[in-house]
Amino acid sequence: MSDYTLETEAGRREALRRMLLIREFDTTAGERFNDGDIPGFVHLYIGEEAVGVGTCGALEPEDYVASTHRGHGHCISKGLDPELMMAELYGKADGYCNGKGGSMHIADVEAGMLGANGIVGAGPPLATGAALTIDYQDRDQVALAFGGDGSVAQGQVHEAVNLAATWDLPAIFVIENNQYGEATPVEKQHNVDNLSDTAGAYDIPGVTVDGMDVTAVYEAVSEARDRALAGDGPTLIEAETYRYRGHYEGDHEPYRDEAEIEQWRERDAIESFKERLIERGELTEAEFEEMQAEVEETIADAVAYAKDADLPDPEQAYDDMFGEPVPEIQQFASRPRADGGTEGGDPT
Amino acid sequence: MSQQTAATQSLTLVQAVRDGLYCEMDRDDDVIVMGEDVGENGGVFRATQGLIDEFGDQRVIDTPLAEAGIVGTAIGMAAYGLRPVTEIQFMGFIYPAFDQIVSHAARLRTRSRGRFSCPLVVRAPYGGGIRAPEHHSESTEAFFVHQPGLKVAIPSTPHDTKGLLAAAIRDPDPVVFLEPKLIYRAFREDVPEDEYTVPLGEAAIRREGSDVSVFTWGAMTRPTLDAAENLAGDVDCEVVDLRTLSPLDEETIVESFEKTGRAVVVHEAPKTGGLAGEIIATIQEEVLLYQEAPVGRVTGFDVPFPLYALEDYYLPEAARIEDEIRETVEF
Repeated sequence: MSDYTLETEAGRREALRRMLLIREFDTTAGERFNDGDIPGFVHLYIGEEAVGVGTCGALEPEDYVASTHRGHGHCISKGLDPELMMAELYGKADGYCNGKGGSMHIADVEAGMLGANGIVGAGPPLATGAALTIDYQDRDQVALAFGGDGSVAQGQVHEAVNLAATWDLPAIFVIENNQYGEATPVEKQHNVDNLSDTAGAYDIPGVTVDGMDVTAVYEAVSEARDRALAGDGPTLIEAETYRYRGHYEGDHEPYRDEAEIEQWRERDAIESFKERLIERGELTEAEFEEMQAEVEETIADAVAYAKDADLPDPEQAYDDMFGEPVPEIQQFASRPRADGGTEGGDPT
Repeated sequence: MSQQTAATQSLTLVQAVRDGLYCEMDRDDDVIVMGEDVGENGGVFRATQGLIDEFGDQRVIDTPLAEAGIVGTAIGMAAYGLRPVTEIQFMGFIYPAFDQIVSHAARLRTRSRGRFSCPLVVRAPYGGGIRAPEHHSESTEAFFVHQPGLKVAIPSTPHDTKGLLAAAIRDPDPVVFLEPKLIYRAFREDVPEDEYTVPLGEAAIRREGSDVSVFTWGAMTRPTLDAAENLAGDVDCEVVDLRTLSPLDEETIVESFEKTGRAVVVHEAPKTGGLAGEIIATIQEEVLLYQEAPVGRVTGFDVPFPLYALEDYYLPEAARIEDEIRETVEF
């Protein structure tokens, strides 16, 4: 069983909770980044929550997901721990990548998260390879890659989708069309009206769904998963969505105006799904507020955990370079350190 | 404050990139700028700010996110008469285009027995120190230096940035032009308003000295000069900013070493296979008998660029450079 499915009342409430959790996580990550607490760059998922949650609700825990640079929402949807995620954003040793990866490189084998990725279009080849493994080992799983609208222009995405299609692999490609590839509008980067039209080039099904509607995304991915498990190959799903924040925090966004953002906010995925659940009698306003308060507490705890966690030691830079220790790395690790420390630790 | 003459303006390094592009586009209609968000957005680091207003969207082209396509197309443009300047947003994004650069741009001339040339510039900000993750911090200039048929330039000052970029654009062959983003806005320098070139292949001696030669480039030039300053009175360091890594200015390296007999090479790239090895081999081949100590290396670690907490250990800084210089001098 999936952690949550949109087929049941409990599952729908869990889907709403996860969307709230993503929004709270990323709102907080943005604030802590702007405070200077979190280093590097952060690309926030706020506005796109329905795509990640609708997608992962249709997957089983053992299914694989390859993410993007805007990956926090995918990780939370797939069930990763916000504390360990936040610790990674803070560059702490307890984070998912020991504080060496940061916001753009969160990965977790146990959760089937093949990794967020700093390179646009890097997910689909990973998913195609994971799908080939599944196929070869004859397991009942699928591999799914998220990609942005911008990634559709990358050569490696074409190569990956073509291979998966040609070999009928159990793969799913979810294109999150948030209307901008970085700062350039989607229509200036692609000649097709719908990015799902590109599926025709591979003779696989291509569908465009409302990415602000968690149910619509869930249904499309469920259908794609059934198809993949039946041995009928991959599906390309375009989810039309919108990021409320800039491409990255600090983006001065000359390419759009507030009115456009407002227009999309009127169709907010969380607000509309909440209203729907209330209408169906599956949620009350009070329960929603309780859910919101619980989510805020979870994220506040995650931040406290991350702040309190230790930074990696300098010699940890050499950890996990190779499966077996190699003399060169041992030699490097024992060199004097920049901070005046004398010897590094034993890399074994 | 010194009186600024009418003929210069005080620019940061990234402003000098922009000014260099502006001057070259102004003097030659064949110069075309292309890349991700270089037009209306002015580039991810604002290196192309406003160029689209000056020259229009035919000459400042916003492309899809497709590095192989950008550079591949630019090679075709260069082979047929234009002078494209492509921007790759971060050096870590260059690898989709690596095949285009090493398999095609670098070889077009030799493959066609000189009938085609490829006057292409691939610009990319490189290097660490800005708290960014691995794909946004690396320094892999040695990959490109290793490829025959390419030139590789890395400026360390605004003045050199504008002049080297102009030389790269006017060069008849492909140039990988790497910009030290750590110091994009770190300081200003008076830069001539008119166009000028700083020739490719010529190192600059930033500080004369007689005890030890310290060879470096790009963002490492500043901590190296700091180290030299800190040691002044004790050790007399000569600091050589190589500026162009391919072709390497062997003459300046050799002359400096003949004078000092000792050397340290500083680069932020990982140690193994890094350019320090090539510089040391050059010294061994050309001036072995002048050598008084092993040549020291201060480099990044042999690991993918680490995030945040480890970044300060990874990047050579003045204290580590000083230690290595002392060790070399005291050998």
